[in-house]
Amino acid sequence: MITVDGLTKRYGQLTAVDEVSFTAEPGRVMGFLGPNGAGKSTSMRMMVGLSEPTSGTAHILGRRFGELPNPGREVGVLLDASAQHGGRTGREILSLAAGTMGLPKAWGDAALERVSLTPEEARRRVGNYSLGMRQRLGIAVALIGDPDVLILDEPANGLDPAGIRWMRDLLRGFANDGGTVLLSSHLLHEIEVIADDILVIGNGRIVARGTKEQLLTEGGTLARSADPAALAAALRAAGHASKQASSGALHTEADAGTVGQVALATGVALTELRAADSTGLEEMFLALTDDSQRDGLRDETDTKTEGTAA
Amino acid sequence: MSDVTIASGSVDTPPHRGRPAGTISPIPFARILWIELRKMFDTRSGLWLMASILIVAALATVGTLILVPESDLTYESFLSAIGFPMNTILPLVAILSVTSEWGQRTALTTFTLVPSRARVISAKAGLCAIIGVSALAVAAVLGAVGNIGAAAFAGVGATWDVGWQGLVLFAMANVIGMGIGFMLAVLTRSSPAAVVAFFVYYLVVPIVSTAVAGVQEWYADHVHWIDFNTNVNRLFGAGFTGDDALSAQQWFQLGLTGLVWLVVPLTVGLRLALRAEIK
Repeated sequence: MITVDGLTKRYGQLTAVDEVSFTAEPGRVMGFLGPNGAGKSTSMRMMVGLSEPTSGTAHILGRRFGELPNPGREVGVLLDASAQHGGRTGREILSLAAGTMGLPKAWGDAALERVSLTPEEARRRVGNYSLGMRQRLGIAVALIGDPDVLILDEPANGLDPAGIRWMRDLLRGFANDGGTVLLSSHLLHEIEVIADDILVIGNGRIVARGTKEQLLTEGGTLARSADPAALAAALRAAGHASKQASSGALHTEADAGTVGQVALATGVALTELRAADSTGLEEMFLALTDDSQRDGLRDETDTKTEGTAA
Repeated sequence: MSDVTIASGSVDTPPHRGRPAGTISPIPFARILWIELRKMFDTRSGLWLMASILIVAALATVGTLILVPESDLTYESFLSAIGFPMNTILPLVAILSVTSEWGQRTALTTFTLVPSRARVISAKAGLCAIIGVSALAVAAVLGAVGNIGAAAFAGVGATWDVGWQGLVLFAMANVIGMGIGFMLAVLTRSSPAAVVAFFVYYLVVPIVSTAVAGVQEWYADHVHWIDFNTNVNRLFGAGFTGDDALSAQQWFQLGLTGLVWLVVPLTVGLRLALRAEIK
């Protein structure tokens, strides 16, 4: 369990993290999604005591990170897989972590096996590792103490699609055993594959949050028809707001069944009718990554994603 | 996407995980010491740096035997020959033990496994002192072996012109040198910056100080109240000239300049190292 309350970090004028609050529950994988520079890593550094928050608190399993007697046994942390001395072997890095936590030697082998690094690979110096191998080693270091919570910054970075699926299964298994997972990514696709719950952060603020299903289905319905204006009027009469996208399609919160009924009653022929799936999230995410649109999103701090499709 | 089976929004009680609360004991300091010691030796660069202390000490002993005329060979000749390179390498050991955490960014792992930075940095400082004293013990023994060997070769009795007190002052001067290295390391938290700063302190400052003393009579008269280096060098000097003692005023000057040059910046550096954000 991770409880973050009003976490804020300012560097002079710049507010890197602005009143971030959330709870990551046991049994769930929470994805922290945002473009580069949105404040994901800064938030995570504050959670694990590497950076002092300007205000706000972060508690892991009910305690501040600095109060954990042997943090590696309770929280597995991977902030940057490349942040290792290239001259050490993979095994030595694991062994140092295990030694700090006071674990038996066999646990190191178990951790290597869990991340599919062979003993031969573990004997090599990390300077020769690919980014994917470093990620696996970093995950092994995070897992070695059998923690209850995982905090992983961009763990899927450098993994191929098979590696991403592997990580999904690994984290799914960890959560199913009652573990709490918080991982970050700047790629919507990775988060869609891996996470149960999604927090979207932009410019240091949380701009959307919810379960993956909520965020993906609350895109509403997309209806393309011969006469969008008539359909929009009929929908409005039925009590459903809609917006016309540039392509001529109508975007509405009403479900597909309702739209079909309304269209039939109005006599407008539908040419396409489908759930607007992740469009809303994707559009919002794209908007976040686009500097020019950043300011427009500043006020969208409500808890649900907005259909920002123009 | 749809292959995740957990129902949206429901947070069922997760299966109980392993361990009852409160069964995790804190990390003992001895363990931190042991891990930090390992980290000084477990990379090629670290291992060679440590090995270089011994290699250089051995080379200096051999060099002394070859180059210094037999009649002039005393224990002091060996100790100064070994001591000079050691006085350069030991501060580098101190610097790199700290700065490599930041340079290689292993600090991210180190301080998430041991959140108390003070414990990690004290462990490093303690190890530096132990390594420094051990290296000097090696120097003392190697020097003694060289001295005995040279005397035996020449068929005369060995000259022991440095006593216990001299050795202690010699060790003290070296540990102060490591303290300077450590201070620069916590202050800059960057290997290149700290190494450059150390050589400026170690090589450039004395030249400037001597040059200023040459033209400024007032400075020349008061140099021991200002220049820490000159006071540390007196420790070597006192040890090696057989004049084993420093006067009370000389100790006071050492303490005073040490406070300004070492203790105050060390305090500032420690504060920075303990609090600065680690990226």
